[in-house]
Amino acid sequence: MARMTYREAVREAMREAMRADPRVFLMGEDVGKYGGAFAVSHGMLAEFGPERIRDTPLSESTFVGAGIGAALGGMRPIVEIMTINFSLLALDQIVNNAATLRHMSGGQFGVPLVLRMATGGGRQLAAQHSHSLEGWFAHIPGIKAAAPATVADARGLLLAALKEPDPVVLFEHATLYPLEGESEDGTPMQFGRAALRRAGRDVSLITYGGALGKTLRAAALLAEKGIEAEVIDLRSLRPLDTETIFTSVAHTHRAVIVEEAWKTGGFAAEVSACIMEGAFDALDAPVARVCGAEVPMPYAPQLEQAALPQPESIVKAVQGLF
Amino acid sequence: MSIHKTAVAPGAERGHLLALLRQMLLIRRFEEKSAELYSAGKIRGFLHLYIGEEAVAVGAMQALTEEDAVVATYREHGQALARGLPAGKIMAEMYGKANGCSRGRGGSMHLFDAGRRFYGGYAIVAGGLPIAVGLALADKLQERQAVTACFFGDGAVAEGEFHESLNLAALWRLPVLFLCENNLYGMGTSLERSESQTDIHLKAQNYNIAAEVVDGMDVLAVESATQRAVAQVRRGDGPYFLELRTYRYRAHSMSDPELYRSKEEVAQWRGRDPLSLFDACLRGKGMLDDAGLKALEADVANEVDWAVAEAEKGEWEPVADLERDVYASVAA
Repeated sequence: MARMTYREAVREAMREAMRADPRVFLMGEDVGKYGGAFAVSHGMLAEFGPERIRDTPLSESTFVGAGIGAALGGMRPIVEIMTINFSLLALDQIVNNAATLRHMSGGQFGVPLVLRMATGGGRQLAAQHSHSLEGWFAHIPGIKAAAPATVADARGLLLAALKEPDPVVLFEHATLYPLEGESEDGTPMQFGRAALRRAGRDVSLITYGGALGKTLRAAALLAEKGIEAEVIDLRSLRPLDTETIFTSVAHTHRAVIVEEAWKTGGFAAEVSACIMEGAFDALDAPVARVCGAEVPMPYAPQLEQAALPQPESIVKAVQGLF
Repeated sequence: MSIHKTAVAPGAERGHLLALLRQMLLIRRFEEKSAELYSAGKIRGFLHLYIGEEAVAVGAMQALTEEDAVVATYREHGQALARGLPAGKIMAEMYGKANGCSRGRGGSMHLFDAGRRFYGGYAIVAGGLPIAVGLALADKLQERQAVTACFFGDGAVAEGEFHESLNLAALWRLPVLFLCENNLYGMGTSLERSESQTDIHLKAQNYNIAAEVVDGMDVLAVESATQRAVAQVRRGDGPYFLELRTYRYRAHSMSDPELYRSKEEVAQWRGRDPLSLFDACLRGKGMLDDAGLKALEADVANEVDWAVAEAEKGEWEPVADLERDVYASVAA
């Protein structure tokens, strides 16, 4: 066990993997000399050199595609995309190539690629740096998608991703980077398992990534009001650990899904539908969702905060179920 | 504009030259049979024929070794055949059968063969270029001497990925051979209607990539230009770019009414048919006569018949296996 920040945990996982496996390398915009837009790869250029810590031009589509090609060619690339909004420039490569190649080639080729990207709002970066499009990626068969919400998961899920034979997209909520916590040592985490972050009997709060902290604060507020909330951190969006969700709902009989993404067509809708399909009889109230407001993310602080789920809005949604 | 013309290499072996002719003939007859089978409903989906462009794939492939990698487009039957994929596995793939080279998951546009480092047909125009850059990066990082040959059409030149990929390959001095098959049309839009600069090799030169124009109807010109280019790439001098000027005789795909070009233009290009040109070249050298050609045709016809038989007798993948090969393990 070591105490470190989320940012350091991601870095330590990359360093550990690169020391253990010469096939692992990192590329992306400003990951080298600059040390990473969020300082995640700070110091790695000095340790591993420019062949393995590769600064790329501002060519998202091509450096992601090059990551796919390098994975096909026997490497284990980690590709960093500065923010999820920028990943849209590389969607062709992710959706049309990374996700399809194994199937389209009849199983001859796999793409063991790890794509890391910062996601989420809360930093007053307005409408082209703040969105939560995790659900778009989770929609796509052929890729796996996970959102580490804790320091331990930042390390553990990255190391687990590097063991996967298929492309994995990791979403790092940008407000989590300075978060401090314990980074566990030991066996790599298994992909696709949700985590119970708080036990409770009255309602299941289901969330992931940057919304976990607010959801736990909401649970504390609810406890003061006599409502004991269980908090499930999905960790992996694809595959989705429905077993853990159903077990929790069977126990609490109520579910509220919390995410920063827009409600319409969002991942919360998918979780909600899974609960209807798999745990309908356990429900004592309709499934509720607390999501981002249906606006491009505004700059002004009061507007941005109003656009994001907050502990108070989560509490209100829960109270509406009783 | 300078077009490299290469006379028959002195001392070139008759056997080699006849093998080139045979490969071009095989592609031509395979494609003609494919068109027939498409009309008969045996092949479905999209079908993009390579007829007219045979000299490009056949000439270029001669310069590659087994260690080299190939990335192609949705018009890739010619490259696949020239790379040595069995015609039967390609035809079976177009039938959608489980014995196809992609187990019936790809069809005409997505042919793959791991053993031959044939990394597939990409149907998003220019989508294969970044993949080729990455394959070359992997080879370089693992200190292999391999070259990645990346085929694409003139239509790709308008895409951002073309420019990004040329830049990155040149910047990192990666062993990529860019092979632009300039057949003058991106589907139905002619080059001059889509590009402000129609001399494509000049674009590559602007990225500090050695680039030249080659007569893509002359198989020996393609072969010798590619040999030169591959030698330079293999030396570690970074990427090389060949603009191969060619023409597709058939429609873009089987559903194209060809409203955008004249019959005269097609006829004019057919006058420089790569097979006829090479046939005449070989006869001029006393290496081919009517009987020789007839024997080659018969041999090729047998191979095409065998390919169709393989496809016909292939099994359909059971529907129970629908979700196979989405992930390495089924559960996900």
